[in-house]
Amino acid sequence: MSHHIVEVKNLCHSYPDGTRALDSVSFIITHGESVGIIGANGAGKSTLIQHLNGSLQSTAGSIHIGHTPLSKDTLPDIRRTVGMVFQDPDDQLFMPTVFDDVAFGPCNLGYSPADVEQRVTEVLDLVGAGHLRDKPPYHLSGGEKKRVAIATVLAMSPDILAMDEPTSGLDPYARRQVIALLQGFQHTKIITSHDLDLVLELCPRIIILHDGKIIADGAALELFNDVKLLERCRLEQPLSMQSCGYCRKVAYTH
Amino acid sequence: MTSLHNAVLDLKKLDLLGRGNTSLHRLDARAKVLVTLIFILCVVSHGRYELSALIPFFLFPVIMISLSSIPPLFIVRKIALLAPFFLVAGAFNPLFDRDVMLYVGSCGISGGWISYASIIIRSILTVGAAFILVGTTGFNADCQALEQLGMPQVFAVQLLFLYRYIFVLADESYRSSRARELRSCGKKGLGITSFGSMVGHLLLRSWQRAERIHTAMLARGFTGQFHTMRQSRFGAAEMCFVAGWSTLFVFLRCQNVSHFLGTLITEFFQ
Repeated sequence: MSHHIVEVKNLCHSYPDGTRALDSVSFIITHGESVGIIGANGAGKSTLIQHLNGSLQSTAGSIHIGHTPLSKDTLPDIRRTVGMVFQDPDDQLFMPTVFDDVAFGPCNLGYSPADVEQRVTEVLDLVGAGHLRDKPPYHLSGGEKKRVAIATVLAMSPDILAMDEPTSGLDPYARRQVIALLQGFQHTKIITSHDLDLVLELCPRIIILHDGKIIADGAALELFNDVKLLERCRLEQPLSMQSCGYCRKVAYTH
Repeated sequence: MTSLHNAVLDLKKLDLLGRGNTSLHRLDARAKVLVTLIFILCVVSHGRYELSALIPFFLFPVIMISLSSIPPLFIVRKIALLAPFFLVAGAFNPLFDRDVMLYVGSCGISGGWISYASIIIRSILTVGAAFILVGTTGFNADCQALEQLGMPQVFAVQLLFLYRYIFVLADESYRSSRARELRSCGKKGLGITSFGSMVGHLLLRSWQRAERIHTAMLARGFTGQFHTMRQSRFGAAEMCFVAGWSTLFVFLRCQNVSHFLGTLITEFFQ
Protein backbone atom coordinates (compact mmCIF):
# COMPACT_ATOMS: atom_id res chain seq x y z
CA MET A 1 0.00 0.00 0.00
CA SER A 2 2.68 2.45 -1.00
CA HIS A 3 0.27 4.82 -2.76
CA HIS A 4 -2.58 5.58 -0.43
CA ILE A 5 -5.25 5.85 -3.05
CA VAL A 6 -8.82 5.24 -1.96
CA GLU A 7 -10.87 3.91 -4.83
CA VAL A 8 -14.57 3.28 -4.33
CA LYS A 9 -16.48 1.68 -7.22
CA ASN A 10 -20.28 1.41 -7.45
CA LEU A 11 -20.62 0.99 -3.70
CA CYS A 12 -24.12 0.09 -2.53
CA HIS A 13 -25.36 -0.54 0.98
CA SER A 14 -28.80 -1.49 2.22
CA TYR A 15 -29.62 -1.84 5.90
CA PRO A 16 -31.57 -4.91 7.11
CA ASP A 17 -34.78 -2.85 7.34
CA GLY A 18 -34.51 -2.21 3.59
CA THR A 19 -33.20 1.37 3.77
CA ARG A 20 -30.91 1.92 0.79
CA ALA A 21 -28.20 4.07 2.35
CA LEU A 22 -25.70 4.08 -0.55
CA ASP A 23 -26.51 3.78 -4.21
CA SER A 24 -23.67 3.22 -6.70
CA VAL A 25 -21.18 5.54 -5.04
CA SER A 26 -17.88 5.88 -6.91
CA PHE A 27 -14.87 8.14 -6.40
CA ILE A 28 -11.08 8.13 -6.19
CA ILE A 29 -9.12 9.97 -3.50
CA THR A 30 -5.42 10.31 -4.21
CA HIS A 31 -2.45 10.34 -1.84
CA GLY A 32 -2.34 13.35 0.49
CA GLU A 33 -5.74 14.72 -0.50
CA SER A 34 -8.14 16.21 2.05
CA VAL A 35 -11.71 15.45 1.06
CA GLY A 36 -14.88 16.51 2.83
CA ILE A 37 -17.98 14.35 2.49
CA ILE A 38 -21.06 16.44 3.19
CA GLY A 39 -24.79 15.95 2.99
CA ALA A 40 -27.99 16.29 4.98
CA ASN A 41 -28.94 13.93 7.80
CA GLY A 42 -29.49 10.45 6.40
CA ALA A 43 -27.59 11.22 3.18
CA GLY A 44 -25.24 8.26 3.80
CA LYS A 45 -22.09 10.00 5.04
CA SER A 46 -21.48 7.86 8.12
CA THR A 47 -22.44 4.70 6.23
CA LEU A 48 -19.94 5.54 3.50
CA ILE A 49 -17.07 6.34 5.85
CA GLN A 50 -17.65 3.17 7.85
CA HIS A 51 -17.11 1.15 4.69
CA LEU A 52 -13.61 2.55 4.24
CA ASN A 53 -12.11 0.40 7.00
CA GLY A 54 -14.52 -2.49 6.70
CA SER A 55 -16.66 -1.59 9.69
CA LEU A 56 -19.64 -2.09 7.40
CA GLN A 57 -19.83 -4.56 4.53
CA SER A 58 -21.14 -3.37 1.22
CA THR A 59 -24.15 -4.92 -0.49
CA ALA A 60 -22.46 -4.42 -3.86
CA GLY A 61 -19.42 -2.66 -5.29
CA SER A 62 -15.80 -2.60 -4.26
CA ILE A 63 -13.25 -0.60 -2.31
CA HIS A 64 -9.52 -0.55 -2.98
CA ILE A 65 -7.08 1.04 -0.56
CA GLY A 66 -3.73 1.57 -2.26
CA HIS A 67 -4.61 -1.00 -4.96
CA THR A 68 -5.47 -3.59 -2.27
CA PRO A 69 -9.08 -4.74 -2.46
CA LEU A 70 -10.96 -4.58 0.81
CA SER A 71 -11.80 -8.17 1.74
CA LYS A 72 -11.83 -10.38 4.81
CA ASP A 73 -8.20 -11.37 4.19
CA THR A 74 -6.92 -7.83 3.76
CA LEU A 75 -8.99 -6.34 6.59
CA PRO A 76 -6.20 -6.25 9.24
CA ASP A 77 -3.85 -4.42 6.84
CA ILE A 78 -6.54 -2.03 5.72
CA ARG A 79 -7.56 -1.23 9.29
CA ARG A 80 -3.92 -0.47 10.03
CA THR A 81 -3.79 1.86 7.00
CA VAL A 82 -7.14 3.60 7.45
CA GLY A 83 -7.43 5.13 10.92
CA MET A 84 -11.05 5.73 11.84
CA VAL A 85 -12.11 8.43 14.30
CA PHE A 86 -15.70 7.76 15.32
CA GLN A 87 -18.39 10.39 15.81
CA ASP A 88 -18.86 9.72 19.52
CA PRO A 89 -15.51 9.52 21.37
CA ASP A 90 -17.24 7.57 24.15
CA ASP A 91 -17.55 4.67 21.70
CA GLN A 92 -13.84 4.83 21.01
CA LEU A 93 -12.48 5.16 24.54
CA PHE A 94 -13.10 1.99 26.52
CA MET A 95 -9.95 1.33 28.55
CA PRO A 96 -9.38 2.39 32.18
CA THR A 97 -6.93 5.21 31.43
CA VAL A 98 -6.01 7.45 28.50
CA PHE A 99 -2.62 5.74 28.31
CA ASP A 100 -4.18 2.26 28.12
CA ASP A 101 -6.61 3.43 25.48
CA VAL A 102 -3.93 4.91 23.24
CA ALA A 103 -1.73 1.85 23.85
CA PHE A 104 -4.53 -0.55 22.83
CA GLY A 105 -3.79 -0.28 19.08
CA PRO A 106 0.02 -0.52 19.26
CA CYS A 107 -0.27 -3.50 21.66
CA ASN A 108 -2.50 -5.27 19.14
CA LEU A 109 0.07 -4.53 16.44
CA GLY A 110 2.64 -6.38 18.53
CA TYR A 111 4.85 -3.44 19.53
CA SER A 112 7.24 -4.08 22.44
CA PRO A 113 6.33 -2.39 25.77
CA ALA A 114 9.13 0.16 25.30
CA ASP A 115 7.92 1.02 21.78
CA VAL A 116 4.33 1.27 23.00
CA GLU A 117 5.41 3.65 25.74
CA GLN A 118 7.33 5.80 23.26
CA ARG A 119 4.54 5.80 20.66
CA VAL A 120 1.85 6.69 23.21
CA THR A 121 3.94 9.53 24.62
CA GLU A 122 4.61 10.87 21.11
CA VAL A 123 0.99 10.94 19.96
CA LEU A 124 -0.37 12.27 23.23
CA ASP A 125 2.13 15.13 23.02
CA LEU A 126 1.17 15.65 19.37
CA VAL A 127 -2.50 16.16 20.22
CA GLY A 128 -1.64 18.19 23.34
CA ALA A 129 -2.95 15.56 25.74
CA GLY A 130 0.29 14.45 27.42
CA HIS A 131 -0.94 15.67 30.80
CA LEU A 132 -4.04 13.46 30.54
CA ARG A 133 -2.22 10.13 30.18
CA ASP A 134 -3.11 8.73 33.60
CA LYS A 135 -6.67 10.05 33.67
CA PRO A 136 -9.71 7.83 33.14
CA PRO A 137 -11.39 8.79 29.82
CA TYR A 138 -14.81 9.34 31.42
CA HIS A 139 -13.39 12.26 33.42
CA LEU A 140 -12.31 14.20 30.31
CA SER A 141 -14.15 17.10 28.69
CA GLY A 142 -15.64 16.71 25.19
CA GLY A 143 -12.67 18.41 23.50
CA GLU A 144 -10.15 16.36 25.45
CA LYS A 145 -12.00 13.14 24.60
CA LYS A 146 -11.95 14.04 20.92
CA ARG A 147 -8.21 14.75 20.95
CA VAL A 148 -7.52 11.51 22.80
CA ALA A 149 -9.74 9.63 20.31
CA ILE A 150 -7.62 11.08 17.48
CA ALA A 151 -4.47 10.05 19.40
CA THR A 152 -5.73 6.45 19.71
CA VAL A 153 -5.89 6.29 15.92
CA LEU A 154 -2.61 8.14 15.28
CA ALA A 155 -0.82 5.69 17.60
CA MET A 156 -1.28 3.03 14.92
CA SER A 157 0.55 5.21 12.36
CA PRO A 158 -2.23 5.15 9.75
CA ASP A 159 -1.66 6.54 6.27
CA ILE A 160 -5.26 7.63 5.83
CA LEU A 161 -7.40 9.35 8.44
CA ALA A 162 -11.16 8.88 8.15
CA MET A 163 -13.10 11.08 10.54
CA ASP A 164 -16.82 11.09 11.21
CA GLU A 165 -17.95 14.50 12.48
CA PRO A 166 -14.65 15.42 14.17
CA THR A 167 -15.98 18.61 15.75
CA SER A 168 -19.55 17.66 16.68
CA GLY A 169 -20.47 18.75 20.18
CA LEU A 170 -17.33 20.79 20.73
CA ASP A 171 -17.19 24.36 22.00
CA PRO A 172 -15.59 26.97 19.68
CA TYR A 173 -12.19 26.78 21.35
CA ALA A 174 -12.02 22.96 21.32
CA ARG A 175 -13.27 23.00 17.72
CA ARG A 176 -10.50 25.43 16.75
CA GLN A 177 -7.94 23.19 18.49
CA VAL A 178 -9.09 20.12 16.54
CA ILE A 179 -9.02 22.06 13.24
CA ALA A 180 -5.49 23.31 13.96
CA LEU A 181 -4.46 19.75 14.82
CA LEU A 182 -5.88 18.33 11.60
CA GLN A 183 -4.30 21.11 9.53
CA GLY A 184 -0.92 19.95 10.77
CA PHE A 185 -1.38 16.36 9.52
CA GLN A 186 0.08 15.30 6.20
CA HIS A 187 -2.15 12.20 6.01
CA THR A 188 -4.79 11.63 3.39
CA LYS A 189 -7.87 12.93 5.18
CA ILE A 190 -11.50 12.00 4.60
CA ILE A 191 -13.84 14.01 6.78
CA THR A 192 -17.62 13.84 7.07
CA SER A 193 -19.18 16.83 8.78
CA HIS A 194 -22.10 19.18 9.08
CA ASP A 195 -19.58 21.85 10.07
CA LEU A 196 -19.20 23.29 6.58
CA ASP A 197 -16.74 25.96 7.72
CA LEU A 198 -14.45 23.22 8.99
CA VAL A 199 -14.79 21.44 5.65
CA LEU A 200 -14.00 24.68 3.81
CA GLU A 201 -10.89 25.21 5.94
CA LEU A 202 -9.55 21.67 5.74
CA CYS A 203 -10.73 20.23 2.45
CA PRO A 204 -9.97 21.66 -0.99
CA ARG A 205 -12.29 19.00 -2.43
CA ILE A 206 -15.79 17.98 -1.38
CA ILE A 207 -18.18 15.19 -2.25
CA ILE A 208 -21.88 15.98 -1.79
CA LEU A 209 -24.14 13.05 -0.96
CA HIS A 210 -27.91 13.13 -1.23
CA ASP A 211 -30.18 10.13 -0.63
CA GLY A 212 -27.20 7.79 -0.85
CA LYS A 213 -25.97 9.10 -4.21
CA ILE A 214 -23.11 11.39 -5.13
CA ILE A 215 -24.66 14.59 -6.44
CA ALA A 216 -21.43 16.53 -6.88
CA ASP A 217 -17.70 15.96 -6.53
CA GLY A 218 -15.32 18.85 -7.04
CA ALA A 219 -13.49 21.89 -5.70
CA ALA A 220 -14.94 23.00 -2.36
CA LEU A 221 -15.06 26.72 -3.15
CA GLU A 222 -16.76 26.10 -6.45
CA LEU A 223 -19.44 23.77 -5.06
CA PHE A 224 -20.05 25.94 -2.00
CA ASN A 225 -20.81 28.78 -4.38
CA ASP A 226 -23.55 26.77 -6.09
CA VAL A 227 -26.37 27.83 -3.79
CA LYS A 228 -29.08 26.05 -5.81
CA LEU A 229 -27.19 22.77 -5.65
CA LEU A 230 -26.70 23.19 -1.90
CA GLU A 231 -30.40 23.94 -1.37
CA ARG A 232 -31.38 20.88 -3.42
CA CYS A 233 -29.21 18.78 -1.10
CA ARG A 234 -30.68 20.42 2.03
CA LEU A 235 -27.42 22.27 2.68
CA GLU A 236 -26.33 25.87 2.76
CA GLN A 237 -23.14 27.81 2.34
CA PRO A 238 -20.57 27.83 5.14
CA LEU A 239 -21.21 30.76 7.51
CA SER A 240 -17.89 32.33 6.57
CA MET A 241 -19.05 32.54 2.94
CA GLN A 242 -22.53 33.82 3.74
CA SER A 243 -21.15 37.05 5.10
CA CYS A 244 -18.70 37.53 2.29
CA GLY A 245 -20.07 39.98 -0.25
CA TYR A 246 -17.73 38.86 -3.00
CA CYS A 247 -18.56 35.16 -2.64
CA ARG A 248 -22.27 35.90 -2.42
CA LYS A 249 -22.02 37.89 -5.65
CA VAL A 250 -20.13 35.04 -7.33
CA ALA A 251 -22.70 32.55 -6.06
CA TYR A 252 -25.65 34.37 -7.57
CA THR A 253 -23.98 35.01 -10.94
CA HIS A 254 -23.69 31.18 -11.49
CA MET B 1 -30.13 6.93 39.77
CA THR B 2 -27.21 9.25 40.50
CA SER B 3 -26.13 6.82 43.21
CA LEU B 4 -26.13 3.96 40.67
CA HIS B 5 -24.07 6.08 38.29
CA ASN B 6 -21.61 6.95 41.06
CA ALA B 7 -21.39 3.30 42.11
CA VAL B 8 -20.50 2.29 38.56
CA LEU B 9 -17.89 5.05 38.28
CA ASP B 10 -16.52 3.88 41.61
CA LEU B 11 -16.27 0.34 40.23
CA LYS B 12 -14.19 1.66 37.34
CA LYS B 13 -11.67 2.81 39.94
CA LEU B 14 -10.79 -0.84 40.55
CA ASP B 15 -9.03 -0.95 37.19
CA LEU B 16 -7.09 2.20 38.10
CA LEU B 17 -6.03 0.66 41.40
CA GLY B 18 -4.70 -2.29 39.41
CA ARG B 19 -2.13 0.04 37.87
CA GLY B 20 -0.39 0.55 41.23
CA ASN B 21 3.28 -0.22 41.71
CA THR B 22 3.53 -1.96 45.08
CA SER B 23 5.41 -5.24 45.52
CA LEU B 24 2.06 -7.01 45.36
CA HIS B 25 1.11 -5.26 42.10
CA ARG B 26 4.43 -6.27 40.55
CA LEU B 27 3.88 -9.98 41.22
CA ASP B 28 2.91 -12.09 38.22
CA ALA B 29 -0.88 -12.10 37.80
CA ARG B 30 -0.94 -15.92 37.68
CA ALA B 31 0.36 -16.13 41.25
CA LYS B 32 -2.37 -13.84 42.55
CA VAL B 33 -5.07 -15.61 40.56
CA LEU B 34 -3.92 -19.03 41.84
CA VAL B 35 -3.79 -17.86 45.45
CA THR B 36 -7.24 -16.28 45.19
CA LEU B 37 -8.70 -19.44 43.64
CA ILE B 38 -7.23 -21.62 46.41
CA PHE B 39 -8.51 -19.14 49.00
CA ILE B 40 -12.04 -19.24 47.57
CA LEU B 41 -11.95 -23.03 47.35
CA CYS B 42 -10.87 -23.38 50.99
CA VAL B 43 -13.49 -20.89 52.20
CA VAL B 44 -16.47 -22.34 50.34
CA SER B 45 -15.59 -25.96 51.11
CA HIS B 46 -16.32 -25.52 54.83
CA GLY B 47 -19.45 -27.10 56.28
CA ARG B 48 -22.70 -25.12 56.13
CA TYR B 49 -22.78 -24.54 59.92
CA GLU B 50 -19.13 -23.50 60.14
CA LEU B 51 -18.50 -20.06 61.59
CA SER B 52 -15.47 -19.97 63.85
CA ALA B 53 -13.15 -21.71 61.35
CA LEU B 54 -13.88 -18.98 58.78
CA ILE B 55 -12.73 -16.10 60.97
CA PRO B 56 -8.94 -16.68 60.54
CA PHE B 57 -9.39 -16.41 56.76
CA PHE B 58 -9.88 -12.65 57.20
CA LEU B 59 -6.12 -12.56 57.64
CA PHE B 60 -5.72 -12.82 53.85
CA PRO B 61 -7.77 -9.75 52.79
CA VAL B 62 -6.34 -7.71 55.68
CA ILE B 63 -2.72 -8.45 54.71
CA MET B 64 -3.37 -8.03 50.99
CA ILE B 65 -5.07 -4.66 51.50
CA SER B 66 -2.31 -3.40 53.75
CA LEU B 67 0.41 -4.52 51.31
CA SER B 68 -1.29 -3.15 48.21
CA SER B 69 -2.34 0.27 49.55
CA ILE B 70 -5.90 -0.27 48.32
CA PRO B 71 -8.21 1.95 50.42
CA PRO B 72 -9.94 -0.57 52.80
CA LEU B 73 -13.16 1.47 52.82
CA PHE B 74 -13.32 1.23 49.04
CA ILE B 75 -13.38 -2.58 49.21
CA VAL B 76 -15.92 -2.47 52.05
CA ARG B 77 -18.18 -0.23 49.95
CA LYS B 78 -17.90 -2.57 46.96
CA ILE B 79 -18.83 -5.56 49.12
CA ALA B 80 -21.75 -3.57 50.56
CA LEU B 81 -22.94 -2.91 46.99
CA LEU B 82 -23.33 -6.66 46.47
CA ALA B 83 -24.66 -7.30 49.99
CA PRO B 84 -28.34 -7.46 48.91
CA PHE B 85 -27.57 -10.49 46.75
CA PHE B 86 -25.99 -12.62 49.45
CA LEU B 87 -28.36 -11.35 52.14
CA VAL B 88 -31.27 -12.62 50.06
CA ALA B 89 -29.49 -15.88 49.13
CA GLY B 90 -29.73 -17.29 52.66
CA ALA B 91 -32.68 -15.30 53.94
CA PHE B 92 -34.97 -18.36 54.18
CA ASN B 93 -32.51 -20.53 56.11
CA PRO B 94 -33.76 -19.35 59.56
CA LEU B 95 -37.35 -20.22 58.52
CA PHE B 96 -36.66 -23.76 57.32
CA ASP B 97 -33.96 -24.85 59.74
CA ARG B 98 -35.24 -24.18 63.26
CA ASP B 99 -33.33 -26.80 65.25
CA VAL B 100 -31.47 -25.06 68.05
CA MET B 101 -27.76 -25.72 67.72
CA LEU B 102 -26.17 -23.21 70.05
CA TYR B 103 -27.00 -21.48 73.30
CA VAL B 104 -25.68 -18.03 74.10
CA GLY B 105 -26.60 -17.74 77.75
CA SER B 106 -30.21 -18.85 77.83
CA CYS B 107 -30.89 -17.80 74.24
CA GLY B 108 -30.99 -20.65 71.72
CA ILE B 109 -29.75 -20.04 68.19
CA SER B 110 -31.14 -22.22 65.43
CA GLY B 111 -29.08 -23.93 62.72
CA GLY B 112 -30.78 -21.67 60.14
CA TRP B 113 -29.34 -18.53 61.67
CA ILE B 114 -25.89 -20.10 61.92
CA SER B 115 -25.89 -21.24 58.29
CA TYR B 116 -27.21 -17.78 57.26
CA ALA B 117 -24.32 -16.12 59.11
CA SER B 118 -21.92 -18.60 57.50
CA ILE B 119 -23.19 -17.69 54.01
CA ILE B 120 -22.72 -13.99 54.77
CA ILE B 121 -19.16 -14.46 56.06
CA ARG B 122 -18.21 -16.69 53.14
CA SER B 123 -19.66 -14.18 50.68
CA ILE B 124 -17.78 -11.29 52.28
CA LEU B 125 -14.52 -13.27 52.14
CA THR B 126 -14.85 -14.50 48.56
CA VAL B 127 -16.27 -11.29 47.07
CA GLY B 128 -13.66 -9.28 48.96
CA ALA B 129 -10.87 -11.54 47.66
CA ALA B 130 -12.12 -11.12 44.07
CA PHE B 131 -12.18 -7.31 44.41
CA ILE B 132 -8.71 -7.33 45.94
CA LEU B 133 -7.48 -9.49 43.06
CA VAL B 134 -8.80 -7.00 40.46
CA GLY B 135 -7.53 -4.07 42.54
CA THR B 136 -4.01 -5.49 42.68
CA THR B 137 -3.81 -6.85 39.14
CA GLY B 138 -6.38 -5.26 36.81
CA PHE B 139 -9.12 -7.18 35.06
CA ASN B 140 -7.26 -7.57 31.75
CA ALA B 141 -4.24 -9.11 33.46
CA ASP B 142 -6.51 -11.41 35.49
CA CYS B 143 -8.15 -12.75 32.34
CA GLN B 144 -4.78 -13.10 30.66
CA ALA B 145 -3.53 -15.06 33.69
CA LEU B 146 -6.58 -17.34 33.61
CA GLU B 147 -5.90 -17.97 29.94
CA GLN B 148 -2.24 -18.78 30.67
CA LEU B 149 -3.41 -21.14 33.39
CA GLY B 150 -5.40 -23.11 30.84
CA MET B 151 -8.78 -21.42 30.49
CA PRO B 152 -9.87 -21.42 26.82
CA GLN B 153 -9.31 -18.04 25.13
CA VAL B 154 -12.96 -17.79 24.15
CA PHE B 155 -13.99 -17.76 27.83
CA ALA B 156 -11.35 -15.15 28.67
CA VAL B 157 -12.65 -12.86 25.92
CA GLN B 158 -16.24 -13.47 27.05
CA LEU B 159 -15.27 -12.47 30.57
CA LEU B 160 -13.55 -9.32 29.35
CA PHE B 161 -16.51 -8.28 27.24
CA LEU B 162 -18.92 -9.05 30.06
CA TYR B 163 -16.90 -6.81 32.34
CA ARG B 164 -16.69 -3.99 29.78
CA TYR B 165 -20.39 -4.20 28.90
CA ILE B 166 -21.50 -3.96 32.54
CA PHE B 167 -20.45 -0.32 32.27
CA VAL B 168 -22.19 0.15 28.91
CA LEU B 169 -25.43 -1.28 30.31
CA ALA B 170 -25.19 0.75 33.52
CA ASP B 171 -24.49 3.92 31.54
CA GLU B 172 -27.46 3.37 29.25
CA SER B 173 -29.73 2.49 32.22
CA TYR B 174 -28.71 5.70 33.92
CA ARG B 175 -29.58 7.77 30.83
CA SER B 176 -32.96 6.06 30.28
CA SER B 177 -33.93 6.29 33.90
CA ARG B 178 -32.93 9.96 34.11
CA ALA B 179 -35.06 10.76 31.04
CA ARG B 180 -38.05 8.95 32.60
CA GLU B 181 -37.61 10.60 35.99
CA LEU B 182 -37.34 14.09 34.55
CA ARG B 183 -40.63 13.71 32.69
CA SER B 184 -42.61 11.94 35.39
CA CYS B 185 -42.70 15.02 37.66
CA GLY B 186 -41.82 13.14 40.85
CA LYS B 187 -44.59 10.55 40.28
CA LYS B 188 -44.35 7.00 39.03
CA GLY B 189 -44.59 7.95 35.38
CA LEU B 190 -46.66 5.33 33.59
CA GLY B 191 -45.59 2.71 36.10
CA ILE B 192 -45.03 -0.83 34.92
CA THR B 193 -46.27 -0.09 31.37
CA SER B 194 -43.46 2.39 30.70
CA PHE B 195 -41.00 0.16 32.51
CA GLY B 196 -41.55 -2.71 30.06
CA SER B 197 -40.81 -0.70 26.93
CA MET B 198 -37.94 1.05 28.71
CA VAL B 199 -36.21 -2.26 29.40
CA GLY B 200 -36.69 -3.25 25.76
CA HIS B 201 -35.20 0.04 24.55
CA LEU B 202 -32.40 -0.31 27.06
CA LEU B 203 -31.46 -3.70 25.66
CA LEU B 204 -31.48 -2.44 22.06
CA ARG B 205 -29.53 0.72 22.89
CA SER B 206 -26.94 -1.19 24.91
CA TRP B 207 -26.64 -3.66 22.07
CA GLN B 208 -26.05 -0.91 19.51
CA ARG B 209 -23.55 0.86 21.71
CA ALA B 210 -21.74 -2.40 22.42
CA GLU B 211 -21.54 -3.00 18.67
CA ARG B 212 -20.05 0.47 18.11
CA ILE B 213 -17.44 -0.15 20.80
CA HIS B 214 -16.64 -3.53 19.29
CA THR B 215 -16.26 -1.87 15.87
CA ALA B 216 -13.88 0.67 17.39
CA MET B 217 -11.87 -2.18 18.90
CA LEU B 218 -11.70 -4.05 15.60
CA ALA B 219 -10.63 -0.84 13.87
CA ARG B 220 -7.64 -0.74 16.19
CA GLY B 221 -6.45 -4.24 15.44
CA PHE B 222 -8.31 -6.21 18.12
CA THR B 223 -8.08 -9.92 17.31
CA GLY B 224 -9.49 -11.47 20.44
CA GLN B 225 -6.54 -10.87 22.74
CA PHE B 226 -6.18 -8.23 25.41
CA HIS B 227 -2.64 -7.16 26.15
CA THR B 228 -1.15 -5.75 29.32
CA MET B 229 1.84 -3.45 29.48
CA ARG B 230 3.24 -5.00 32.63
CA GLN B 231 5.93 -7.55 31.83
CA SER B 232 6.31 -10.23 34.47
CA ARG B 233 7.41 -13.82 34.86
CA PHE B 234 6.60 -16.54 37.32
CA GLY B 235 9.79 -16.46 39.41
CA ALA B 236 10.94 -17.30 42.93
CA ALA B 237 8.88 -14.51 44.53
CA GLU B 238 5.74 -15.86 42.90
CA MET B 239 6.57 -19.42 43.96
CA CYS B 240 7.01 -18.29 47.58
CA PHE B 241 3.80 -16.24 47.42
CA VAL B 242 1.74 -19.18 46.14
CA ALA B 243 3.37 -21.77 48.39
CA GLY B 244 3.12 -19.61 51.53
CA TRP B 245 -0.52 -18.63 51.17
CA SER B 246 -1.64 -22.06 49.92
CA THR B 247 -0.03 -23.80 52.90
CA LEU B 248 -1.73 -21.38 55.26
CA PHE B 249 -5.13 -21.82 53.58
CA VAL B 250 -4.92 -25.61 53.62
CA PHE B 251 -3.84 -25.50 57.27
CA LEU B 252 -6.75 -23.19 58.16
CA ARG B 253 -9.09 -25.47 56.23
CA CYS B 254 -7.94 -28.57 58.12
CA GLN B 255 -7.53 -27.01 61.55
CA ASN B 256 -10.06 -24.84 63.34
CA VAL B 257 -7.57 -22.27 64.62
CA SER B 258 -10.24 -20.14 66.31
CA HIS B 259 -11.43 -23.13 68.28
CA PHE B 260 -7.87 -24.08 69.17
CA LEU B 261 -7.03 -20.55 70.36
CA GLY B 262 -10.30 -20.34 72.29
CA THR B 263 -9.58 -23.60 74.09
CA LEU B 264 -6.03 -22.49 74.82
CA ILE B 265 -7.14 -19.17 76.33
CA THR B 266 -9.92 -20.81 78.35
CA GLU B 267 -7.50 -23.38 79.76
CA PHE B 268 -4.98 -20.65 80.55
CA PHE B 269 -7.50 -18.68 82.63
CA GLN B 270 -8.79 -21.81 84.36
